[in-house]
Formats: sequence, C-alpha cells, structure tokens
Amino acid sequence: MPMLSINRSLHLKILSGIIVFGAWEIAGQIPVSFGFPTFFESMAALADMVLDGSLLHAYSDTLRPLAIGLLISAFAGIAIGLWIGLSSWFDWLFLPIFIVMQAAPLAALIPLLVMVYGIGLTSKIFVVCIMAMPVIVLNTAGGVRNTPTNLKEMGRSFLGTEKDIILKVIIPSASPIIFSGLRLGASAGFIGAILSELKITPTGVGDIITYSRSIADYPSMYAAIFSIIVLAVVFLNLLERLEKLLFEGNVRGYASD
Amino acid sequence: MGTHQTRVGGDPSDIPAAAVSARNISKTYGDVEALKNLTLEFPRGQLTSLLGPSGCGKTTLLKIIAGLLEPSSGEVEVNGIPVTGPGPDRAFVFQDFALLPWASVLRNVAFGLELRGIGRSEREGIAERYIRNVGLAGFEKSFPHELSGGMRQRVGLARALAVDSQVLLMDEPFSAVDEQTRRKFQEDLLGLVAEENKTFLFVTHSIEEAVYVSDQIAILLPRPSRVSEIIRPRGLRDKDVADIRRDPEYLDIVDQIWASLRFYVE
Ligand SMILES: Nc1ncnc2c1ncn2[C@@H]1O[C@H](COP(=O)(O)OP(=O)(O)O)[C@@H](O)[C@H]1O
Ligand SMILES: [Mg+2]
Repeated sequence: MPMLSINRSLHLKILSGIIVFGAWEIAGQIPVSFGFPTFFESMAALADMVLDGSLLHAYSDTLRPLAIGLLISAFAGIAIGLWIGLSSWFDWLFLPIFIVMQAAPLAALIPLLVMVYGIGLTSKIFVVCIMAMPVIVLNTAGGVRNTPTNLKEMGRSFLGTEKDIILKVIIPSASPIIFSGLRLGASAGFIGAILSELKITPTGVGDIITYSRSIADYPSMYAAIFSIIVLAVVFLNLLERLEKLLFEGNVRGYASD
Repeated sequence: MGTHQTRVGGDPSDIPAAAVSARNISKTYGDVEALKNLTLEFPRGQLTSLLGPSGCGKTTLLKIIAGLLEPSSGEVEVNGIPVTGPGPDRAFVFQDFALLPWASVLRNVAFGLELRGIGRSEREGIAERYIRNVGLAGFEKSFPHELSGGMRQRVGLARALAVDSQVLLMDEPFSAVDEQTRRKFQEDLLGLVAEENKTFLFVTHSIEEAVYVSDQIAILLPRPSRVSEIIRPRGLRDKDVADIRRDPEYLDIVDQIWASLRFYVE
C-alpha cells in the first residue's frame, strides 16, 4: 500500500512535469513572444552553463547571502516566535513589527538598506532576512499560542518543568505550523536573494539573468531562472523530509509537494 | 432512605482513613462561582465518584486536587501534606486523553516517567508492562491517530498507572468512548480498584456508571456548588461484576440519585 502510493505520487510528478515542460516547448515553438525560448533551447543553455562552470560560479555568489540569511531567519525567527508566543506582553509589543514587515513592499526598503549597509553582502543578507523571517516568526508564535491547553496541563500534571513543557510539548505541537513557516520563509528567501541581485548589485544568478537579457540571450536567462526554481523545490523537499524524520506522528498526509 | 447506605457522619468505623481531603474549597472564575466552601474526604484504597450535572465544578475540583488550579480559598491535603502543585503522589487521566500526537504509544505511556528523568530502557520496560496490562500489546509503535477512542483512553490510563502514584484522578475518562467499550472499561476499572492499592477519584455525569464503579458517591449540585449528598453502596463490591446491574441495591441507588438530580435537569 505505501509502495503503491509512493509510485503513484512519483508517476503524478513525472506526468505533471511532462505537461508543464510540454506546454513550455509548444509555447516556445509558436512562439508566444519572440523573447520566449523553447524548453529544449533553455535546457541546452543550462547544460552549457553547467559545463563551462559559469553556473557553479554564479551559485557560489548567490548561495552565500541566501544560506546565511536563511540560517539567521530560521534560528532567530523561531527564537523570536517562541518568545512572542510564550508571553502575552511581547506579543503586544513585537507582533505588529513583524506583521508590518511581512506586508511592507520590499522594493521600497532596498534603497534604505543600501544607504545604511552599502551594496555588499550585508545588504543582501538583510533582504533575504526581511523576506524570510516575518512568516517564520508569525507562524512560530501562532503555533506556540495554539498549543492545546490540555497537553500543557498534562505535562504539568506529570511533573514536567517549564523547560520540559516547552521542548517536549509546545515545540513539537507547534512544529507543523513552524515548518510551514519555514517552507514559506525559505521560498520568500529565494526570491529575496535573486531580488537583491537584481536590485542592489548584479552578482551570481541575478547577474546571469540581467546580462543574458541585455544581450538578448533568452535561453540562458530562462535557464538561470529555471535552475533557481529547481533548487528551491529541492530545498523545500529536503525540509519536508526533515520534518517527517523529526515528528513522524504529526505528519498525516498534509505535507506534500 | 434505604438501610444499606451510610450518610456522612453515620457509621464511620468501616471507612478507611482519607487519602485525600478537600477542606472548604472555593473557586471563582471572574464572577462565576464554580465551587463554594466544599469539603470532602476520599477514603484510601477506594473509588469515590464525583457525580453531578455539567457545570457544577467537578473538573474544577479535580484540577485543584491535581494541583493544576489554585483554589480561591481552602486547602487540599494528600496523605496529610498540603497540595501546592502537581506531585508524584497523583496522576491524572484526561477526558480528552491528552496524548502527544507525534509520539508512539510506547513514548506516550512512558512520558510521565520521561518527565521524571527515568532512563530510556528502564521507562520503556515499565511502559511495555502497562501497555500489556491495559490490553494494548502489539500497539507499542502505533500513533494515537491510528487508534480508536477506547484504545486512546487505554493509553491515557497506562500512562497514569506507569508513574505508580497513590492517587488516580480521572476526569470523565469514559465519556468519549462508545457504550460497549465503556462497559468493558467499567468492569476493568473494578478489577483495577480491587488489585491496585490506590485511591481513585472518578468524575462522571452518568448515574449508572457512578453506582456501578464506586465505593462512595459524592453528589455535587450547582448554584451554589456544594456536596449535597454522600452515598456509600454497601453490598455491591462483593458481587460478581455481571450481576451488579440486576442487584436491587444498585437499582435503588440509581433511582434515589435520579430523584435528587432531576430537579436540576432542564
Ligand atoms: N477557565 C474558566 N474560566 C471561566 N469559567 C470557567 C472556567 N472553567 C470552568 N468555568 C466555569 O466554572 C463552572 C464549573 O466548571 P467545570 O468545573 O468544568 O464543571 P464540570 O466539570 O462539573 O462540568 C462552569 O460554570 C464553567 O463555565
Ligand atoms: Mg468537566
């Protein structure tokens, strides 16, 4: 039975891949716009960039602010979220900041960041954090707040300390919502990393996109965009694996691609 | 009233000393007066039911005894020691089971021992024994969502038994399971009271259930909340579990309780 469902979901993924890429190929053949390459042209450009090492080089630039920003966002975001969720006072004080941050148009903030932190790594890390952190904080705080009272009471009645209850009851109970925050935050972080390369200084994958567009090398441009999407999907899948590994009984089929 | 019952103060010679005593307990939530000056003793080694219509403060009283809630006034003693919070002498069985959904049956049952800092192999050994005792052998690795309501409450019961507390606090433990399972549970509970030397505090809103399982029944009435009556069935404990429901004493007590309670049922 599990074997069957794994097979079925794999088949579905392959099928939907074929449909999407097929539609892309057809749209490129028509073409819907003269700047829209076919699927195979893009894949060929992708293969070229992988083989000549330029893609790898680009990712070594792009991944640095992305990885640092996501790590900071995950750890600080969960910590701040716990803090806010556990005390009603911080809720009132800090929650509005993250709600505003989540709603703020990022593009408007970038000139400010550049003014303060320059055009280097720091500004790019900030962009990733601003994109990724609010949803992680808000989800963590919400998950903590929504821990069933009876589970907390159970922990207390069986002599759990405050720390036991946070680590063994509240965090695992909030984990589905925390992980969904991490997934949303990670996708936003990917967007932030590319956006910062498009808006601050063209480096890495953002540079490939900007440069190939300026010389009308659309297959390379789409190949770069495609590669970042693939990377994001792979990363989200890894996150989901981690969640299943950590909190098996919590995952009841709601978490999938 | 019948001759086979004792009221408070009558014939105390055969009543064991109290394991738990609640004295002059009052509890108000805002302006809701949940309990008012309630005094009640729970004899050691026996099962005492708290019976009453919903909203009369049964859960509140049980949580105060558990140390999960502070009374507005009054005090609770367990074995002569005043209660200031949860303690190793009391274990709670929750109405809605309160199982950790992310943890296996084994970990859930061992959770009380885990919180007490007992090493993994030791606590899992103990938990396995109690899982067998409640009839869940083979389900150690299952998760709560894979079990029926009755099985989940067996997990909750095993968790409470595993910490080996003197006093078991059970808040309507069988109200969320189906009728057949419930009857089986009631029989098993009688066996448990007979063989374990523990004091049971059992909340229920079912008259039949209270009379079937109890050594002592405290009837709680609302507005103002108080213990209105204490009934001690006499001859039922020596009967075979299958015969209790046909026993004239059983039927009498059920009728008598209904007569006192019907006034409060809208
Ligand atoms: N946390 C609470 N806040 C306010 N009122 C409460 C709270 N818990 C219980 N009450 C009120 O106290 C009364 C007794 O409740 P409870 O002890 O749950 O009764 P029972 O278990 O007998 O049904 C009810 O009127 C209920 O509405
Ligand atoms: Mg109740």
